[in-house]
Amino acid sequence: MTSETPVISCKNVWKIFGQDPEGYLSKLPPGRTFDDIRADGYIAGVRDVSIEVSRGEMLVIMGLSGSGKSTLVRCFSRLHEITGGTIEVDGQDIMALPEKELIELRRNKMGMVFQNFGLLPHRTVLENVAFPLEMRGQDKHERRDRALEVIKLVGLERREEYFPRELSGGQQQRVGIARSLAIEPDIWFLDEPFSALDPLIRREMQDEFLRLQEMLGKTIVFITHDFDEALRLADRIAIMKDGAVEQCGTPDNIVLNPATEYVRKFTEEIDKANVVHARILTDMSATGEGAPVEASATIHALAKLLVNDTRDMIPVVDNGKAIGAMPRKAALDILVGAD
Amino acid sequence: MAVLSTNQALTRVGYSDTQIASGLFCVALVLTVLQYSGLLPSWLHRIPEEWVPPFAVWLDAAFIFIREDLQLEKLTRWFAEGPLQFMLDTTANLLYGKRRWPRFEQIPWSAIAASAAVLGYYLGGWRLALLAGGTFVWTALIGQWKDAMETMSVLIVAAPLAFLIGLLVGIAAWKYTWVDRAVRPVLSVLQTLPFFTYLLPAVIFFKVGPTAGAVATIIYAVPPMILMTTLGLKKVSPEVIEAGKMSGCSRWQMLRHVYVPAARNEILVGVNQVIMLCLAMVVLTAFIGMPGLGAKLLAMMGSFKLGRSFEIGVTIVLLAVTLDRLSKAWVVKLPEHFERGTRWWVRHKYALTALAVFVFFTVLGQFVGWFAEIGRRESFSQGKEIDTAIKTFLAFDIVQGITGQIRYVLNVWVLNPFRDFLLSIPTFGFILIVIAGALAIGGRRPALYATVFFGLVALSGWWDRSVITLYSVISAVIIATLIGLPIGIMAARSEKWSRRVLLACDTAQTFPSFIYLIPAIMLFGITATSVVMSILIFAMVPLIRYTVEGLRGVPLEMTEAADMSGATRRQKLWSVQLPLALPTMAVGFNQAIMFAFFMVIIAAFIGTQDLGQELQKTLAGTDLGKNFVLGFCVALMALTFDMAILSWAEKKKAQLGL
Repeated sequence: MTSETPVISCKNVWKIFGQDPEGYLSKLPPGRTFDDIRADGYIAGVRDVSIEVSRGEMLVIMGLSGSGKSTLVRCFSRLHEITGGTIEVDGQDIMALPEKELIELRRNKMGMVFQNFGLLPHRTVLENVAFPLEMRGQDKHERRDRALEVIKLVGLERREEYFPRELSGGQQQRVGIARSLAIEPDIWFLDEPFSALDPLIRREMQDEFLRLQEMLGKTIVFITHDFDEALRLADRIAIMKDGAVEQCGTPDNIVLNPATEYVRKFTEEIDKANVVHARILTDMSATGEGAPVEASATIHALAKLLVNDTRDMIPVVDNGKAIGAMPRKAALDILVGAD
Repeated sequence: MAVLSTNQALTRVGYSDTQIASGLFCVALVLTVLQYSGLLPSWLHRIPEEWVPPFAVWLDAAFIFIREDLQLEKLTRWFAEGPLQFMLDTTANLLYGKRRWPRFEQIPWSAIAASAAVLGYYLGGWRLALLAGGTFVWTALIGQWKDAMETMSVLIVAAPLAFLIGLLVGIAAWKYTWVDRAVRPVLSVLQTLPFFTYLLPAVIFFKVGPTAGAVATIIYAVPPMILMTTLGLKKVSPEVIEAGKMSGCSRWQMLRHVYVPAARNEILVGVNQVIMLCLAMVVLTAFIGMPGLGAKLLAMMGSFKLGRSFEIGVTIVLLAVTLDRLSKAWVVKLPEHFERGTRWWVRHKYALTALAVFVFFTVLGQFVGWFAEIGRRESFSQGKEIDTAIKTFLAFDIVQGITGQIRYVLNVWVLNPFRDFLLSIPTFGFILIVIAGALAIGGRRPALYATVFFGLVALSGWWDRSVITLYSVISAVIIATLIGLPIGIMAARSEKWSRRVLLACDTAQTFPSFIYLIPAIMLFGITATSVVMSILIFAMVPLIRYTVEGLRGVPLEMTEAADMSGATRRQKLWSVQLPLALPTMAVGFNQAIMFAFFMVIIAAFIGTQDLGQELQKTLAGTDLGKNFVLGFCVALMALTFDMAILSWAEKKKAQLGL
């Protein structure tokens, strides 16, 4: 959440699939919808997306299948060539990179985790994890040590010699995660990493993932179709539909102020008290009396206090410093789900 | 938009494919009736000799240009006499002590058998160990070790080369579309070209004997390897590819570490097919004087020594089944991990055991000669006894009565009248019927190809022989269908029988085609009936197999829905299972026809009057042009059927949403 130059910055990115995407895009009049484009015989994978990811931030891109979220993240790593716009990674236009430098970029800066793991079936866990290191020509002993280190980090000790098919889904994804971390990437792409797993395992893996992130503090682009997962993990969420970003903001913000009807539909189902923090309800100019609450506390966590308290304005502190006060009624409305 | 307008144009003309087909058929009918009533001018009945372009002469000129002016022959001869001869001599020395440079001593048979058993155990447990070891023990004991090893020595050279060539071309075809586009039509022609057409160029460019045999075998075995490689590479999961790219693979690293290993299964299936086709072809190279099991079989059958033929047949079948099962087990065998700290001799225990038994038996062979080589006298061959037994059995009145009856009825009432009728149809009428059939079954594209292909056959100057070839194919396939379909349908009723029949078909398909001549000759002697019979048995295998697979492949919900709608077994079969299984069955039918075209050429050995006979004659000389014209006649006819039936099956599949 520190703000220097963004790690990834994309401007007006288009990705169109079809016969002659560039030619089509150059003649595309503004305001054509996804369906219009499809009627012309093209598929708009990504439609005029501008988004930035700051260092150390976790951006979750949320959307249903076919919304273009996976396409967008593949544009970031240039697994897809974009049709229009620019994408900069650390201030470098990746579309201008020659193949060799692109490979260098992937070898040193990027890691990616895939929905169906994408493990190489003929290699053991150890060899899979060491694969990116092997590709960049690292010495055998060095890469073995490093691979064992990451395998330990994801909790797969004593499984190094197994082949992927001998592991459960959750374990396979741990291998996928370990492989993506082996080169110590700055940017970590995760494409629906937990979608192929059972609900119970998924929850466990999310916790594990949060623990890892706390330790490593990477810049993350995380893809999911699960709104709950997005809320649980994200610093910021971008909601996509038909290739375009509908809304991009913090979870609190999206839950409290859905920008479009489409976004509102997602927020309807969820328990807002679990998402909204005291901070966002705080009126900076107001002051309250009595015992303060923490800005980082969710409304759900404050439920008992809110119901029993009688004050209209409750003071809010952030790291022991008063930042304002929260109107109790607004918080109670969220708690009982009144709009 | 373009599609729409052509559709409109077609509806304006207003004839459907079926109407055109019926029209063509009627014209053919009129032509035939005119012929019978003697009113047809002779140039309409058969194309006059002077209209036939001298294809053979042109082709010969082209070959001479390639051979002599382009000096290709020098290159091929160099390859044949240099590296290829060297490899073949090496394997020949090792396997049966040919004693040519480089001199290696012959490996004792017991060492090979024991190592094969260990390999079998490693790949598939005791059963495969028994099969692999047993095959070699049988071969040695029955006194065919030298013949079998002559065959194997070529196989061992040809199969890896075919694999390598297939893999490289397959990768190229997958990587570059233009290679794919260039290779595909060549492959479909290669797969329908009769094997005699492989043999003669091989002889001319690579000299008689094992070298030519190896080259013909390689060319014959390469196509499926190319197809399987391309298929496997295309099927690699996109995530695995992306994972490779995100790991920073260069292009070479992608191919070497990601694509090829991830396509392992398809590539290994290709290896299996290469081995099986190599074996089939090595046996057939007997026709160009390649020594080995094939030559022995050819000689024994030629002199009607049924006992020895039978024994050689068993050896070939055992070898085929062993090679097939071992290579298939290799496909299925996936790597398994060892716990860390496992000792190296535990990790490599199978390789070490194989080495140990190999060394043991090699040393033993030095002291006890029997373990190194079993001489003719010491073998357990029962050739004479089996021969007597079979001939006594065949001489029984009842057996002779039955086979005689079948032969008589088939020949006099079915085959000969059918052949004469086909020959009586005027050339144009015949072509029109084929076109009408292709149109009705496959649509316009196959009909167009049928026109061109059969037109060429008519202009080749070998029309009558082509018709006779076609007659053998058609009559054999019809009889095969009449017998095979009921068997398939019956077997598909129960899980247990389906499995058994499929296993039998799988096994039968691994037999080199040559083997199918043995039972036909045994039962019906050297007659036209045994030609049809050998084709019939050979063609029935894919027919039964695909019928069972098609019927078993009908989705369970659909048969359950039929059951719940109160359908009887017969109703269920006719209105649910058969319609859904038909596209798959059509593929089997198509394969049956392709197999028949293949077999009818081999049956030339029995004595036929068709293209195969002429082809076989060309092998004696250097008549390359004629050989190719004849070969292409067969290939073009086969391709016509292939295109029509497969395009029907595909249309049907699309309609059914399968």
